[in-house]
Amino acid sequence: MFTAIKKGRLVSGLVAVSAVVALAGCASSDPLDTTSTSGSSDAASGPIVIGSQAYYSNEIIAEIYAQALEANDIEVTRQFNIGQRDAYLPALESGEVQLFPEYTGNLLQYYEPDTTAKTSDDVYAALAGALPEGLEVLDQSPATDQDSYNVTKEFSEANGVTSLADLSKVTTPLTLGGNSELQTRPYGPDGLKSTYDVTVGFTPIEDSGGPLTIQALKDNTVQLVNIYSADPNIKTSGLVTLADPKGLFLASNVVPLINTDAATPEVTEVINKVSAALTAEDLVDLNSQSVNDQESADTIAKNWLDKVNLF
Amino acid sequence: MKWLASNYGLVWELMQAHIALCIPPILIGFLISIPIGWVANRYKLSRGVILLVLGLLYTIPSLPLFIFMPLVLGTPQLSSLNVVVALTIYAVALMVRSAADGLSSVDKDILQAASAMGYSGWQRFWRVELPLSGPVLLAGLRVVSASTVSLATIGSVIGVTSLGYLFINGLQRSIPGEVITGIVATLLIAVVFDLVLVLIGRLLLPWIRQDRTSARAARRRAVLIAEGAR
Amino acid sequence: MNLFVEGFAWIFDPANYSGGQGWIVRLLEQLAYTFGATAIALLIAVPLGYLVGHTGRGRDLAVSFSGGFRALPSLGVLILLGLGLGIGFKAPLLTFVIIAIPPILAGAYAGFEAVDRKTIDAARAVGMTEWQVVTRVEIPLGLPLLIGGIRSSLLQVVATATLAAYVSGGALGVFIFDAFATRNYPEALGASILVTALALVLEGIFALLQKLVVPRGVVAKELKDVRQRSSRPLAAAGVPAQEGK
Repeated sequence: MFTAIKKGRLVSGLVAVSAVVALAGCASSDPLDTTSTSGSSDAASGPIVIGSQAYYSNEIIAEIYAQALEANDIEVTRQFNIGQRDAYLPALESGEVQLFPEYTGNLLQYYEPDTTAKTSDDVYAALAGALPEGLEVLDQSPATDQDSYNVTKEFSEANGVTSLADLSKVTTPLTLGGNSELQTRPYGPDGLKSTYDVTVGFTPIEDSGGPLTIQALKDNTVQLVNIYSADPNIKTSGLVTLADPKGLFLASNVVPLINTDAATPEVTEVINKVSAALTAEDLVDLNSQSVNDQESADTIAKNWLDKVNLF
Repeated sequence: MKWLASNYGLVWELMQAHIALCIPPILIGFLISIPIGWVANRYKLSRGVILLVLGLLYTIPSLPLFIFMPLVLGTPQLSSLNVVVALTIYAVALMVRSAADGLSSVDKDILQAASAMGYSGWQRFWRVELPLSGPVLLAGLRVVSASTVSLATIGSVIGVTSLGYLFINGLQRSIPGEVITGIVATLLIAVVFDLVLVLIGRLLLPWIRQDRTSARAARRRAVLIAEGAR
Repeated sequence: MNLFVEGFAWIFDPANYSGGQGWIVRLLEQLAYTFGATAIALLIAVPLGYLVGHTGRGRDLAVSFSGGFRALPSLGVLILLGLGLGIGFKAPLLTFVIIAIPPILAGAYAGFEAVDRKTIDAARAVGMTEWQVVTRVEIPLGLPLLIGGIRSSLLQVVATATLAAYVSGGALGVFIFDAFATRNYPEALGASILVTALALVLEGIFALLQKLVVPRGVVAKELKDVRQRSSRPLAAAGVPAQEGK
């Protein structure tokens, strides 16, 4: 019996070793491995790796960056659909990914949860100082896409609620719906409590303010949902975005976050032109093309670049 | 299916990425499983231990396993290697039992006859044991293939590109057609892989077709084991 | 190893296990999905599998169905159903029923098929009616394979049930998605340990159950007949596997 166990251990050891050896062998030829640029001191020589969140709107902006750079003969590699901020920021710092469409307010709050900056310009200024070494932001765009809390029109009318401050007088229990990470964000349930003295429960819904979130709101499973302000669903579903007089949410403009190694003058110039041209209305329209017209990010980006005619 | 009409290119790209993600785990898993299966079969006492340890590996849910891979392997967060290694672990966990069963299915009299004819242990393994356990190995490999193709979709949750992208993206944009396309494309790849494996089986194990009764027996046996191995 | 310590520390922290959001409740939800989906699947798949096994009709269809569904991506099915049914337990439960059906179906018809034709002929020869052949011969003799199929289904669903959280269906996946979004490794590990432990306990219970339900005659036959392959499906059926986790 003893020998049997010993053999078993030996074998499982062998499995582990042979697995590692075999996989190390195939690592060098892995066709999907786009991470070879990490650690390169001269990043501008290889293609610039553009990332995006696992969020369709973010992906459209990333695709616009990619096509704009390509139109100026700068090679790019697309590494889209990378989870949430906690997942991709380490990848940006390491250089695994080099350019990423971000949102000023959310990004600042990630690095400085206690920040007091509220307005668009203050947030942008504070952000420049908050970023870790090796990362910088290019010019921010006038387009905004920030977290916002929304209720149904019926709820708003029945309870006389048009602002987050009004929520404290609602007597029925409130549940907030949003992605998992909202629970621990400064503007999540804790922020609502400390800023507006509103107590809410929390239901995680993992579709970034998509159809499940909106359906849960309409079913009254949740009464309050986090939807990004540029989401066309706010309009098409007739939701009421609650005002935020005390600035729970920071202004959040679209901003390119870039690894310093990749921020060459050519790249900077192209991306800054794109940011300047992208308006808030444009962003809602781009999102609507994706959700309502079911267009691909590729086509949407191309059409927008044709329309604004920058290059 | 308006979505599909404007996204053929994307679907094709994702299918290619998905296939590239699935082939290494299936092949490596198979190659690793043969020696382990041989050991499990050769030393009867080790069989229980090996199958238990591997069965244990198979109970780990896939999502956390994917998440932990970078910590264990030291690979970058977004490397597809994370998913490849995790899928290989599942492939081995499934395949070793088939390998052990396949090798034990070879008639002991035949092995003794081979030894009597002067085959060394090494020769006997390659020329007699391995080919004769072919049908069972093939059945196991078909299970591994289907399971790998299906599991690879979860990789998208951690940012490794596969057909699972269509599920997550289709959900956010509320496009059922996109999700359905993802499901159909995944099944399509699984069917093609399966056909390829069956074809390889026919080429490498031609005697199965010559002897009709044993072919039926092998198929029946393969089905039973494959069903058991779920 | 340090991470393992933190994972266990997460499990044993009262803040994490108590209350409506604690893991005890989530674990019960995981179990409810597992047994609920398997029970519904049993009601559908067992009669169907017995029909196929007894008559031999529709066998090819049943084989390709139970084989092909192995590649069905559960995340995709869950999301598709979620789009139609909204958040909550309905879409996950239906998804898990769908993935629980094939192994039970296969276990049911394979169990009937594994019964020696001579035994059935003998049963008819002693004057048993068709119904008696089914209830007194085929069902008892096919039971080990059916239990094997149920065991596969249970283990498959118990691991897959972590996905329910993707459409806000609760269960232990809540912690895993939350941990993934915030890179909380101890939480992810703690929850994974719980899922794995749950699967192992179920596996243990079923391994035992499978031994108990083998009719005595079958065991005797198996002992006499170790080298013959006719007894092998018994062992083969016991393999747990869950592909669409």
